[in-house]
Amino acid sequence: MWLKWWEKISENSWKIQHHYFQYIGSKRVAKAWWRKLLIAWVLGWTVVSLWIFCYMRLQVTEKRKETLASMCDERARMLQDQFNVSMNHIQAMSIMISTFHHGKNPSAIDQRTFARYTERTAFERPITSGVAYAVRVLHSEREQFEKQQGWTIKRMDTLEQNPVHEDDYAPEALEPSPIREEYAPVIFAQDTISHVVSLDVLSGKEDRENVLRARSSGKGVLTAPFRLVKTNRLGVILTFAVYKTDLSSNVTPKERIQATDGYLGGVFDIESLVEKLLQQLASKQTILVNVYDTTDHSHPISMYGSNVSDDGLQHVSTLNFGDPIRKHEMHCRFKQKPPWPWLAITTSVGILVIALLVGYIFHATVNRIAKVEDDYHQMMELKKRAEAADVAKSQFLATVSHEIRTPMNGVLGMLDMLMDTVLDVTQQDYVGTAQASGKALVSLINEVLDQAKIQSGRLELEAMRFDLRAILDDVLSLFSGKSQEKGVELAVYISDQVPEMLIGDPGRFRQIITNLMGNSMKFTEKGHIFVTVHLVEEVIGSIDVETESSSKNTLSGFPVADRRRSWEGFKTFSREGSTCPLSLSSSDLINLIVSVEDTGVGIPLEAHSRVFTPFMQVGPSISRTHGGTGIGLSISKCLVGLMSGEIGFVSIPKIGSTFTFTAVFTNGCSNPNEYKSQQIDNKSNPASSEFQGMTALVVDHRPVRAKVSRYHIQRLGAHVEVVSDLNQVLPYISGGKTVTNMILVEQEIWDRDSGISALFTNNLKNFDRGIPPKLFLLANSIGSSRTNAATSSVYTPLIITKPLRTSMLAASLQRAMGVENKGNPRNGELPGLSLCNLLLGRKILIVDDNNVNLKVAAGALKKYGADVVCADSGKKAISLLKPPHQFDACFMDVQMPEMDGFEATRNIRCMEHSINNWIQHGELSVEAYANISNWHVPILAMTADVIQATHEESLKCGMDGYVSKPFEAQQLYREVSRFL
Amino acid sequence: MDVMSQLQRQWLEHSAFLRKEGYLDDQFEQLRKLQDESSPDFVVEVVSIFFDDSEKLLNNMARALEQKVVDFKQVDAHVHQFKGSSASIGAMRVKNVCIEFRNYCEAQNLEECLRCAQKLQFEYSVLKTQLEYLFRLEQQIRAAGG
Repeated sequence: MWLKWWEKISENSWKIQHHYFQYIGSKRVAKAWWRKLLIAWVLGWTVVSLWIFCYMRLQVTEKRKETLASMCDERARMLQDQFNVSMNHIQAMSIMISTFHHGKNPSAIDQRTFARYTERTAFERPITSGVAYAVRVLHSEREQFEKQQGWTIKRMDTLEQNPVHEDDYAPEALEPSPIREEYAPVIFAQDTISHVVSLDVLSGKEDRENVLRARSSGKGVLTAPFRLVKTNRLGVILTFAVYKTDLSSNVTPKERIQATDGYLGGVFDIESLVEKLLQQLASKQTILVNVYDTTDHSHPISMYGSNVSDDGLQHVSTLNFGDPIRKHEMHCRFKQKPPWPWLAITTSVGILVIALLVGYIFHATVNRIAKVEDDYHQMMELKKRAEAADVAKSQFLATVSHEIRTPMNGVLGMLDMLMDTVLDVTQQDYVGTAQASGKALVSLINEVLDQAKIQSGRLELEAMRFDLRAILDDVLSLFSGKSQEKGVELAVYISDQVPEMLIGDPGRFRQIITNLMGNSMKFTEKGHIFVTVHLVEEVIGSIDVETESSSKNTLSGFPVADRRRSWEGFKTFSREGSTCPLSLSSSDLINLIVSVEDTGVGIPLEAHSRVFTPFMQVGPSISRTHGGTGIGLSISKCLVGLMSGEIGFVSIPKIGSTFTFTAVFTNGCSNPNEYKSQQIDNKSNPASSEFQGMTALVVDHRPVRAKVSRYHIQRLGAHVEVVSDLNQVLPYISGGKTVTNMILVEQEIWDRDSGISALFTNNLKNFDRGIPPKLFLLANSIGSSRTNAATSSVYTPLIITKPLRTSMLAASLQRAMGVENKGNPRNGELPGLSLCNLLLGRKILIVDDNNVNLKVAAGALKKYGADVVCADSGKKAISLLKPPHQFDACFMDVQMPEMDGFEATRNIRCMEHSINNWIQHGELSVEAYANISNWHVPILAMTADVIQATHEESLKCGMDGYVSKPFEAQQLYREVSRFL
Repeated sequence: MDVMSQLQRQWLEHSAFLRKEGYLDDQFEQLRKLQDESSPDFVVEVVSIFFDDSEKLLNNMARALEQKVVDFKQVDAHVHQFKGSSASIGAMRVKNVCIEFRNYCEAQNLEECLRCAQKLQFEYSVLKTQLEYLFRLEQQIRAAGG
């Protein structure tokens, strides 16, 4: 049964799961389903509990019935036994009468004897209230009998019809029996019923029938219950016939009637009988007993018990009192109504309660799940909406920013034009302020636009080849002015492992670097800003990166924040540990790590967490003092993210900050071999070729700074050696096998002790092994070394202003070394630089009568490195320009008093011509003229008017070209490059 | 520092003013660029030479114009010189007056020439004051440690 149930349940649960998985997608269906299941569950368990209730109740009833039956049967049997005992005794008495009354003559028994005997043997017949004997008297014998007995036979039926109370009973008042065929007057009777003596039993209706039946059957016969005479209680009479002779069992009833002598009757008081019996039993009070005579089935006669009609439980037991005609039944029922079946009720209610609880839990769970699911969906919906709103906001911002930029450009353009008109100082000031504000606004809008673009996912990175080093040089020059102004040292170091060409987005990369450097520049007042670029593998692998970060050993000597800590959180590092399988496996991907280190004020600890949050600055005072919107770092972070890199920082207040980011680029060199060869000969750098094979000596006591210098000089192709002290230089130069072409001295060392510097300069001047190396001073700013430069006269070290950039360094070195660069300038920005190359160290004569012009022209040419001699008249010029020429070129004013430029040139050309002729003819030795046989000094006309006629005339008189006054770099270069 | 920045601002304002008013042009800027560590006082030197020369020339000019018979060629030569030197330092206004002057010299218009000479004298003195003020500022800046 239960097993079945379990099977059913498990089947159900399987179904549930099945359905659940089927409908998991459509939650509404699932919900309805859950509800149905829940109702089914509750109904099911209600039915089960009802069933249990019925079942248990039925069992209880059954048991009760059984109990009742057993009790009833027990009572019936006892009753029957008692009855039988009495009956047997009466039978025995009948035999006694036949023996002693009829068998003896005269009779041995009289009324008194019988009464005494029956009285004394009454215990044998507990349920008989009395015994009487009636004798058979034929009508013919009546008279004799009545005489003999002394009384008349009285009739009984009247008594039966009018029952009287015992006290009123008077036998004498009874009518004598009418004449009949025979009579059966009672002759003996027990004292209890002595009133029946002389009554004709045959006259009583019940008695007559009983007597007749008894004598014909020869057995004990019972009457129907009736009210007893005198006692008026319900009773039955048992009658035995007494025969004259012993009759065999197979005699006919007629013979029996013939042989009948008399009749013995016992009165059974059924009521008292049953009562007595029940009193003997303990559980008398639990059941009610009714005894019925059911001879006539349709009209059972109640013999005992209150006649309570009750439909309740009842048990019927048949009673057999030995009379086959009479049938008796005993009906038993419980006195009390059946008790409430508490056990069944509690059990079923308990089960129901448990089921309901389980159902409730189930319901609650389902509801909870549904609610959570609903909430989840709602959340998802809200999240989607929020994201959509965010994107919409960003797009709106992007659009608006774009729309703002267009009119702003108009405003700025107009302001520019306004600046060019005639304005007084105040107006100038106003316009200038307006323009500055406008520019700030545009740059702010650009930043916001970037941010919005990044957030709305519209920013895409370009992929183009670019030169990382060039970009860093650019950024460096952007900040060089500011750094010189502030006196902050600026340096870039790029590891040689980093390929020359990378593929990525140079603009965005530059933006990140500019942002970081801009920040550093803003917050750094002294010390340095140092940008380093390495490969990630290099940083992971090498230990020298770690060692250089001790606090003293920095670029400017100021302590810095340990930059290793800035990339502590990077996934690239934590994931890969010491080796870098990612980068190794895909050699095309270049994983760069860029650090920007400064010695600025640092970021307060409490602001660390929101450094990369847009529009967050350390505090309101920061934006007041340093400006900015606080969006730069956030954009940088986004851009770094787009380059699949990470950004981090470390900052110690008052010491400085180091920002580090990684970025992934593709290798721009098509194959590794090319990349290697580039590393070796640096062929991509046009300015570098002439320094190939040269050796430079860097004097610097700070390894980090020396490394930077070395990096830049090496990029030019020169070999670099580093010494830490001026005193080590000379031994090195003299002891070294290779010729040292240049010496670069850090300004700090140079300024430290002017005595040593002067001594060193002297020593170097007197150095006689070949060409003395050129001396350079690496200076932070122009102004600082001015005084020093003025004192040292001839062997003035050339000053190279930091930050070091390859192009600038190359120009300075070329100027000093006199290295020729025949390459044409690529664009307009180069003439100044190339002029330096051209004019560096050249001896040039300038001829002008106007002192001012002379001075200006000389200054201009000196600026480009030329050695200038001035002459204020044509005559002087002629005297100076006699072969052998000491000058590489001459610039001559056209209009001069006394002798103008044309005439002077003609004279000079004339002289040259004659000397050349003499040399050719051997009249003069070539040796005297430095082995040059064809003298021709380039003479350029200087003129303010650039009309064609002047030009033609200048050519006619032997000039090589002309330049306009005042000097214009482009034109000067064009002309000079033709000759020098 | 405050004094410094104030001086620098004054200096910037003044040089901008000179430029805008046409006293000086690009050439003066070029001149300033020529000044470097090897010739730290280049501009001042050039300008002082210019002042000396100009004063001589102006005197000569005035004397020549005072003659009963004015030698216009002589005057023109002086003006030419003056023009050249003023162009060299970028004194635009002076240069422009010189150009005008030379035209009148060619036309031998004494009246206009005298007017031009006066104008030239005026422009020159204004320029001189302005430049002297500028240089004074520079000196102060340098004295303040810039």
